[in-house]
Amino acid sequence: MIEVYRRSMQGTQPEYRFPPYGSTAKRAPTKLLVMLPHTLSETTGPVFGHDSVKAREFDLTAGHADLPLGKRIVVSGRVLDDGGKPVRHTLVEIWQANSAGRYRHPNDGPHSPLDPNFTGCGRAMTDAEGRYRFVTIEPGAYPWRNHYNAWRPKHIHFSLWGEAFTQRLVTQMYFPGDPLLPFDPIFNCVTDTKARDRLVSSLDWEATIPESAIGYRFDIVLRGRHATPVER
Amino acid sequence: MSLQQSTSQTFGPYFHIGLKPIAVRLPAGAKPVVITGRVLDGDGKPVSDAAIETWQADLTGAYPVPSTDGSYPATSTLAGLGRVPTDAEGRFRIDTYLPGCVAAPGGGLQAPHILVAIGMRGLLKHLVTRIYFPGEAANADDPVLKLVPADRRDTLIARGASGELQWDVVLQGAGETVFFDC
Repeated sequence: MIEVYRRSMQGTQPEYRFPPYGSTAKRAPTKLLVMLPHTLSETTGPVFGHDSVKAREFDLTAGHADLPLGKRIVVSGRVLDDGGKPVRHTLVEIWQANSAGRYRHPNDGPHSPLDPNFTGCGRAMTDAEGRYRFVTIEPGAYPWRNHYNAWRPKHIHFSLWGEAFTQRLVTQMYFPGDPLLPFDPIFNCVTDTKARDRLVSSLDWEATIPESAIGYRFDIVLRGRHATPVER
Repeated sequence: MSLQQSTSQTFGPYFHIGLKPIAVRLPAGAKPVVITGRVLDGDGKPVSDAAIETWQADLTGAYPVPSTDGSYPATSTLAGLGRVPTDAEGRFRIDTYLPGCVAAPGGGLQAPHILVAIGMRGLLKHLVTRIYFPGEAANADDPVLKLVPADRRDTLIARGASGELQWDVVLQGAGETVFFDC
């Protein structure tokens, strides 16, 4: 028997070519993908240790002369595999725009101002139960050129390594009740509304810090392992 | 218990803020290899906002193994992990080494290779491909290369010699790189 990772579940993953998202037109592969068996190369991944992140990297509001502008939030949740098993001791990396919707990036702007007290990059490890936690500010929506009057809903980019290269996931977290969500082609890239709604965080009173920060919960599910007979 | 997998979303054009370059750590005695190339879109234009992530075995064909008791090690074992962005001309440079042969499922060995994930604006999920090394006798019997149509295999094998290799990523059309459903 060999341990392999479950393939993508029906309806959960986007196609490469997706006309409503204009940039896919010249970048999505046009030829059929070749099915890759899961060998050791695919079922292994980097092993993260205590030295992977520095103590304050979970707090995007720290490390500057003053606090950043905007509403302070706590974003936390669990990383599980699709069998419900916590993905422990794995690196979670996030990046986001500031509260005005501007990224600290040379190619962004000048639609809104930079915030000298906000970089927009955070890193944290999941604990033994797969939990992670960030303190940051609510990002702003921002305009882009996908279609006339296009605005991206507020979102935070998430990168996860999991335990195997096959589990690698880059995704985005959205905010509940954002009126821009129905119009965003990236959010709407899958037809399954349940899958889509998993990308929307929920208000989390338990994580909320009174008079300081509003909590949002965002759980992430990576592909899980299952055993399969080896073909000889 | 079965949970629905989270949906992949694009890296977007500003991933550089959060996804910093990761230098591949060369194991002692490794033969250094530099792989340079370009990422090109369907019009042959350079892709200036791609991230290329690489994962490869050590010199014996082994990968890091997490502890079975769930303990959290003091130091990371990132050996074999790398990440580079493309520049304004779509160019990238991977400073790495020739890995050993990794076991194949069902017995035998795979040819030396690097597993690659590529993310960028315009890709709602990352692409997966592999880089093989030119002149390796094991390429002829590699079980993964054998799954690739013969006339497209060369898109996975870097060109050049003497530790200076070239490998381009062609996203569409003639010479389109083979991408895998992983």
